[in-house]
Amino acid sequence: MAIKRKSKTKPKTKKKKSKLVKPSRKKTKTKKKVASKKSATKKRSKKSRKSNKLKIKNKREVKNMSAEALKVSSALDTSHLKVDFPYKAKYGNFINGKFVEPLSGKYFDNPSPISNEIICSVARSNEKDVEAALDAAHAAFPEWGKTDITTRSIILNKIADVLEQNKDKLAVAECLDNGKPIRECMAADIALVIDHWRYFAGVIRAEEGSVAEISNSQYSYNIPEPLGVVAQIVPWNFPLLMATWKLAPALAAGNCSVLKPAEQTPASIMVMMELIGDLLPPGVVNIVSGFGLEAGKPLASSKRVAKVAFTGETTTGRLIMQYAAQNIIPITLELGGKSPNIFFEDIMDKDDDFLDKCVEGFVMFNLNQGEVCTCPSRALVQESIYDKFMEKCIARTKAVIQDNPLKMETMIGAQASVEQMEKIKSYLDLGKKEGAKVLAGGDVGKLNSGLEKGNYIQPTIFEADNSMRISQEEIFGPVVSVIKFKDEAEALEIANDTLYGLGAGVWTRNGNIAYRMGRAIQAGIVWTNCYHAYPAHSPFGGYKQSGVGRETHKMMLNHYRQNKNLHVSYAEQKLGFF
Amino acid sequence: MKVSATNSALNLLSELQVKYGEKLMFHQSGGCCDGSAPMCFQEGEFPLGDNDVKLGEIGGVPFYMNGDQYEKWKHTDLTIDAVNGIGGMFSLDNGTGKRFLTKSEICLVVDNDQETK
Repeated sequence: MAIKRKSKTKPKTKKKKSKLVKPSRKKTKTKKKVASKKSATKKRSKKSRKSNKLKIKNKREVKNMSAEALKVSSALDTSHLKVDFPYKAKYGNFINGKFVEPLSGKYFDNPSPISNEIICSVARSNEKDVEAALDAAHAAFPEWGKTDITTRSIILNKIADVLEQNKDKLAVAECLDNGKPIRECMAADIALVIDHWRYFAGVIRAEEGSVAEISNSQYSYNIPEPLGVVAQIVPWNFPLLMATWKLAPALAAGNCSVLKPAEQTPASIMVMMELIGDLLPPGVVNIVSGFGLEAGKPLASSKRVAKVAFTGETTTGRLIMQYAAQNIIPITLELGGKSPNIFFEDIMDKDDDFLDKCVEGFVMFNLNQGEVCTCPSRALVQESIYDKFMEKCIARTKAVIQDNPLKMETMIGAQASVEQMEKIKSYLDLGKKEGAKVLAGGDVGKLNSGLEKGNYIQPTIFEADNSMRISQEEIFGPVVSVIKFKDEAEALEIANDTLYGLGAGVWTRNGNIAYRMGRAIQAGIVWTNCYHAYPAHSPFGGYKQSGVGRETHKMMLNHYRQNKNLHVSYAEQKLGFF
Repeated sequence: MKVSATNSALNLLSELQVKYGEKLMFHQSGGCCDGSAPMCFQEGEFPLGDNDVKLGEIGGVPFYMNGDQYEKWKHTDLTIDAVNGIGGMFSLDNGTGKRFLTKSEICLVVDNDQETK
């Protein structure tokens, strides 16, 4: 395209580029990290804390925050993972490139769901902190929005590199903050986070606008432009991954962000910002933590944001649409689902690896303790194979190891908050009252060894009917309703009998059934002979009340941009109207 | 479908009324994360639509639910309780250390009449 930037801005951008990239800084940092990792093979000793402190001293942005970690019980010991306890005692907000105290001076305690011990305290922000973050983002946008794509791409790649060098630390931070098993943190959450930054670093390099030839003297040049400063409100189920799903495309597209993490899991993102904060120009990313009512609402309703991206539930989703209506700005919403996971009779034609994969596909309702918007929480099983297939699924569910999430062999960890556990318990009670039959679990998980106060729920299978509330409402726990169906038509009818339409699974050896079902199920993603796959290249988002818009995939870039149509006439002659 | 409240929920509601005024409302949420939570707002903060159904009142405060969700929930009676917790998004209980929680019973008689407004 023949659009050239003013020559005036060129040297400025170049100067900035060398400032932003800072290749030397990272090299020394990497060496330091590796060195400290090697030394930290034993328990969190005084010595390793001291070296941690030295490291922190060199980083201007954390100078005001307490470097000492809180004392925690042996249940939260991380030494077997060869990682120092990742949290300091206290975290402020990350605004304008540095950690700052909340303006009110208030903090709130952040418990780990593993044992409900306090692992750190976090800023309890209000609208003044949100305004300060918006000021920083608005100051940064004019330059960041014009930063050339190569530079943005290099920065995103550097973020990925630093996160990769610190992946175990981040995995431990996520495990402690959210309660999910460390092996999922390592194999899924953090691996996907790193890949997501790389994906968006890559796609913006290959992307280009378009040119429409209206006539041989008239052209329409379409150039994507960033929206500006965007508000992003992140849920507590995948704190780092959901933050990355929002940040990576927004930054790649040239926006600045003010992001609020969930109050249930506010800490892991602070560890991430300690690592990557100085790779970005000040103000491009601002993290304001605190409660939804005090910090989230002023952010979502601010007239100073160009877009709101939200993941959560329907009532708040409606409120955010209402605020957006008042400000006439776009939104993307991801509001959950009640995803059907459908097993056709032909899966049992052979007793082979594929059948084994199908059984694992059923047990996927336990991934992330069921706290996934696409949790396969309705298993639809064909009548003719019901008894034999369920026997295998019940046995596999009973073999799920529930233990301290920090142990590598643990398969299911702790629910993210006490109130979430209470909510799941209320649904376990309701399921029994509705007449569902408990085939496995059905109660809270009683664990010992310092985990007595943690939030544990047993993997639970209900034999249910689709009209029951346990089959209609998102429980967001390790609870599945199993529903029988006669044939393909009935399977489809049950699958679509829900208010939501986020994910679905279809398991069959018959490609024609898979295709027909995949097209007819009203859901944004239909996994065929697989489940819970979230690569960056695969779009995610919902039909019906599951939300508006998509996340992941390069199509996400256009949720953070608008189109500039430069319509140009190269004709010398007037039109002749006047 | 009926809605009622435990004493602890009514106490929490009174505390919120002291802070935010008498005129409050509830809207029952659905969906992921904090879904299924009864959200408490100042009247007028949450814009009601024609599709919202009023289930009744607790402590003199009206309680609403989306009509589509009502269809899926109408065979149950709701009891609003208050438990320890910090979540709740923009709901007024957020940050108090307590939060409202919906508990459910099966209705003895299913009332198909939506005209409870």
